[in-house]
Amino acid sequence: MAIKIENLNYVYSPKTAYEKVALDKVNIEINDGDFIGLIGHTGSGKSTLVQHLNGLLKATSGAIYYNGQNIYSEGYNFKELRSKVGLVFQYPEHQLFGTTIFEDVAFGPSNQGLSKAEIDERTRKALDMVGISEDLYESSPFEISGGQKRRVAIAGVLAMEPEVLVLDEPTAGLDPKGRDEILEQISKLHLENNMTIVLVSHSMEDVAKYANRIIVMNNGQVKFNDEPKAVFSHYKELEEIGLAAPAVTYIMDGLKNIGFDIDVSATTIEEAKKEILSYISRVQ
Amino acid sequence: MIRDITIGQYYPAKSILHSLDPRVKLVGTFLYIISLFIVKHYTAYVLVTIFLLSAITLSKVPLKFIVKGLKQILILLIFTVGFNLFLTKGDPVVEFGFLTITDQGIITALKMGFRLIFLIIGSSLMTYTTTPNQLTDGLENLLAPLNKIKIPVHEIAMMMSIALRFIPILVEETDKIMKAQMARGADFESGNIIQRAKSLIPILVPLFVSAFRRANDLAMAMEARCYRGGKGRTKMKPLKYDKRDMITYFVMITFFILIISTRILF
Repeated sequence: MAIKIENLNYVYSPKTAYEKVALDKVNIEINDGDFIGLIGHTGSGKSTLVQHLNGLLKATSGAIYYNGQNIYSEGYNFKELRSKVGLVFQYPEHQLFGTTIFEDVAFGPSNQGLSKAEIDERTRKALDMVGISEDLYESSPFEISGGQKRRVAIAGVLAMEPEVLVLDEPTAGLDPKGRDEILEQISKLHLENNMTIVLVSHSMEDVAKYANRIIVMNNGQVKFNDEPKAVFSHYKELEEIGLAAPAVTYIMDGLKNIGFDIDVSATTIEEAKKEILSYISRVQ
Repeated sequence: MIRDITIGQYYPAKSILHSLDPRVKLVGTFLYIISLFIVKHYTAYVLVTIFLLSAITLSKVPLKFIVKGLKQILILLIFTVGFNLFLTKGDPVVEFGFLTITDQGIITALKMGFRLIFLIIGSSLMTYTTTPNQLTDGLENLLAPLNKIKIPVHEIAMMMSIALRFIPILVEETDKIMKAQMARGADFESGNIIQRAKSLIPILVPLFVSAFRRANDLAMAMEARCYRGGKGRTKMKPLKYDKRDMITYFVMITFFILIISTRILF
């Protein structure tokens, strides 16, 4: 088991007029090889939660175990934790600073105290994973396109070779093509490199397509924690907390309501297509 | 972390002091500060204490919050009291070697100490009860006559309010960038001065980029709404004196006259 979160509470600005409970008794287990979709609307506590996973925020109370070790135990090595649990922030391209793309991506591994050859190798590998070609290595990270910037920034975290990759809304502000590219690359990391992924998003479509488990946050609490089909079957409750199921869920539900005898558990367009086609062949 | 720093230190509450016109509070604080320089006789100190305590009660700002603000001037306070205590000439009360505490010394030290505390509490009470934007609004209005001698009052006030508005944004941005770089293994705490200065580059470069981006966006947004300086500009919430503002002016002037009269009478 990679990460276990036990009774986690977090309060912003405690004992002031601005006090706000951001996380309320959160219990989650993330297993090796999981692809978790973490969803919730703005202010539900999902960004706060992911910042706990690598120790950037310290919980007000509760515990987090990484590979069985409590990260709040005395003398725990946070620097090592941060290279094991890679966290990609929202709009990560806003954190680029290097004079060249290569230098920027190499920042992470060079903080890990590796040899120059190793830093070089990891940087190349990471840039290769996100599809940045070699002729761009020496360009400034400020003169490439928005989608490329984001991929460079993600490479900056990948270069540290984390075991768990946490991405906070990696597709926010991208066009559909850029969004699909990023998500495909993340999915590839999961399938080919067997990386554990936590994808924070509020797009159900994004999450439904890739995640094997979905965690829904609302008001700092875990509302649902189940596989996509099971979570989306609660689409009425999801709507109540400002979320929605993927569009196909509604289509399948609508079809069933007007008399077609189909299975409504499809969460992606491919599954829906398969179900509808099989229904047609069944009827014929 | 860094987001816990409060600048402008506005304390949100619903009180009479909060709802006063910012001009009244500015003029009132000004009168109050002048009167602190006039006080001499102890009756005046009693007056100021009563005045300040009632203002604090009316403001609904917790006393704990106000005392916390005094921490910043603690060293200055210790120095002022200390110097006055030991260096005032007069009738000696206690002597330790070359240091003597005199009768007059004790009195001046106490008076100076109280004066400083009153000064800080009084002026911070204004910032606790007035949002930075209200303050610049009030200031712009009060300084409007300076327009006649070609001082761009509106532009200065606009710059002030934009600067104030940007402080929390940039603080938050710094916090976010710091965290993002820490997630990539950056270390801001260890190493010698040169290494530490160097470790700031990954924060400062993105921060500058973001500040310029935001400034650009803001300029564009202002232009899109036809902002063209203060000339002929009207306000959605124009400053208007209320009955309670007039009463406050009256109270402040009475207080000021009382303080002056203690100086003349005693």
